[in-house]
Amino acid sequence: MAAQNLQSVPVELTAGTSETAEADGQANFDRVIAEDSRIEPKDWMPPAYRKTLLRQISQHAHSEIIGMQPEANWISRAPSLKRKAILMAKVQDEAGHGLYLYSAAESLGQNRDEMTDALIAGKARYSSIFNYPALTWADMGAIGWLVDGAAICNQVPLCRASYGPYGRAMVRICKEESFHQRQGFEILLELSNGTPAQKQMAQDAVNRWYAPALMMFGPPDDDSPNSKQSMAWNIKRFSNDELRSRFVGMMVEQVRVLGLTLPDDQIRFNEDSKKWEHGPLDWDEFHEVLAGRGPCNSQRLERRREAHDDGAWVREAAAAYAQKQSMTTKEYAA
Amino acid sequence: MSEANASATRITPGNALRPEDIALEVRTGLAKPTEDTAEYALRLGDDALILAQRLGHWISRAPELEEDIALGNIALDQLGHARSFLSYAGGAMTNDDGSAKSEDDLAYFRREHEFRSVQLFEQPNGDFAATIARQFVVSYYQFLLYSRLTESKDATLAAIAAKAVKEVDYHRDHAAQWVLRLAGGTEESRKRMIHGFRIMWPYVEELFRDDALTGRLAEAGIAVAPSSIKEDFDRLTGEVLSEAELEVPDVPAAPGGGRQGKHSEHLGYILAEMQVLAREHPGASW
Repeated sequence: MAAQNLQSVPVELTAGTSETAEADGQANFDRVIAEDSRIEPKDWMPPAYRKTLLRQISQHAHSEIIGMQPEANWISRAPSLKRKAILMAKVQDEAGHGLYLYSAAESLGQNRDEMTDALIAGKARYSSIFNYPALTWADMGAIGWLVDGAAICNQVPLCRASYGPYGRAMVRICKEESFHQRQGFEILLELSNGTPAQKQMAQDAVNRWYAPALMMFGPPDDDSPNSKQSMAWNIKRFSNDELRSRFVGMMVEQVRVLGLTLPDDQIRFNEDSKKWEHGPLDWDEFHEVLAGRGPCNSQRLERRREAHDDGAWVREAAAAYAQKQSMTTKEYAA
Repeated sequence: MSEANASATRITPGNALRPEDIALEVRTGLAKPTEDTAEYALRLGDDALILAQRLGHWISRAPELEEDIALGNIALDQLGHARSFLSYAGGAMTNDDGSAKSEDDLAYFRREHEFRSVQLFEQPNGDFAATIARQFVVSYYQFLLYSRLTESKDATLAAIAAKAVKEVDYHRDHAAQWVLRLAGGTEESRKRMIHGFRIMWPYVEELFRDDALTGRLAEAGIAVAPSSIKEDFDRLTGEVLSEAELEVPDVPAAPGGGRQGKHSEHLGYILAEMQVLAREHPGASW
């Protein structure tokens, strides 16, 4: 609010007043963070906080949109009509999550077109997990159970993120994600109790998705440069390793119910630290995929680019039509 | 709808009919279609199923996110209608072991010539304008058909139609709005919209063709004679086309024959993709 009043202030005074406004803003921001309450779009916020949030929220939005692809890949071949309906609804939910998140990011001053352009130009990141291929129907189960499961562990704490629009978007997203995880679990359970070929398909999918899902929590804490500041700003609540350990503990229980195994013989509960531990992860592979050299990086981006380019004439037509309509309305009004 | 028939479907306002409800009624003998009624339900179910399969392809490929969601929603609605009609149709058809055919038996284990959808539904998506042209025709057709089918003397058909018509009404609005936008948008979008209608229109005539089956069922108050909704279809679509300053395309009608199992080349590919996994594991449960 203070910034808008500056227009009436003589030029020579603005610099000093601006500094005062910034100091007031910073004080207010620090107080809100210390009280663990919420920053809203019109509140002053440090540029680095805004930048961090924009990076995180837009990456999250892009992940939802790119994440539609591996599952959309199986809509046409879903083996029963009920599964087809559930899968369609799930992929559609992901488009919806993308929309809420782009809206939350827009409240920080960047519009959706700019974010989309950055994505298709290969300049924006999205979760590396979606650069792995969904090869069999069981992957629909493994993605729901492991990938959405890991996403939930990451995202539940984000419901309390200090930035209001992000936290509120996450509340709704987490509700739907937990439904997605249950449907993934159910697909695997059905396969595990099915024919030997179906059970093998389920185990193979769990084997392939386990390690990439664990790496979704990000690099180990001693190699995660942005984590500390994000935790100080109450955006991030728990460290990567802490969340990963919790996730492993949950999966250990659930995989028994599934009648399957996790491809990791080093999982154990450390009585001293009271944390679950797992075997080594291939962080070189993680960095390779992150750098664009994963199995499907090029394919995923190309598909998004193609949809965007093929749809350009439609968006132009809609804009032209809307403009003509608003001119007609003005003519009537005149 | 008589009281006796209405109670057979356990449908009350606000308690939407699910495909699982119909399957249960078929299994327990509460709903038992005649052979004619089953064949009619199969036709409507196949129309909706093939369209759902086509529309599902747009999810993650649409011109904007809002359309990924909208086309996905329409596909889901169509799939829901298909599941209901097919579950009901299966009540008069038996597997080798004597059990009634399920929606999945019908969707995954029939061959091309056993599908009863009209050829419009299997036409390729083409560009967005072609998809909208197909949607425009289909949703007005289904809206009029289901509106009338709510009065069917067959309580199950009436109940399925009562749920479906509310959803198809939105599809109709979605398609009409896009026809106006594309026809009135840019020069390119108008050209594409006109082209979309030209490639879909040859398959319109088949929608309104009566035959012996619809004759018998319409006479009995169970089905809607396709020809009886043609006039309303022409009037309602004509209003939108006229607002969009478009002409009804002057193109010859295709011979059609989908209701008798004659299909275009496209259906084989649709079924190959849709059925591949289920056929790899016959008898498996998913």
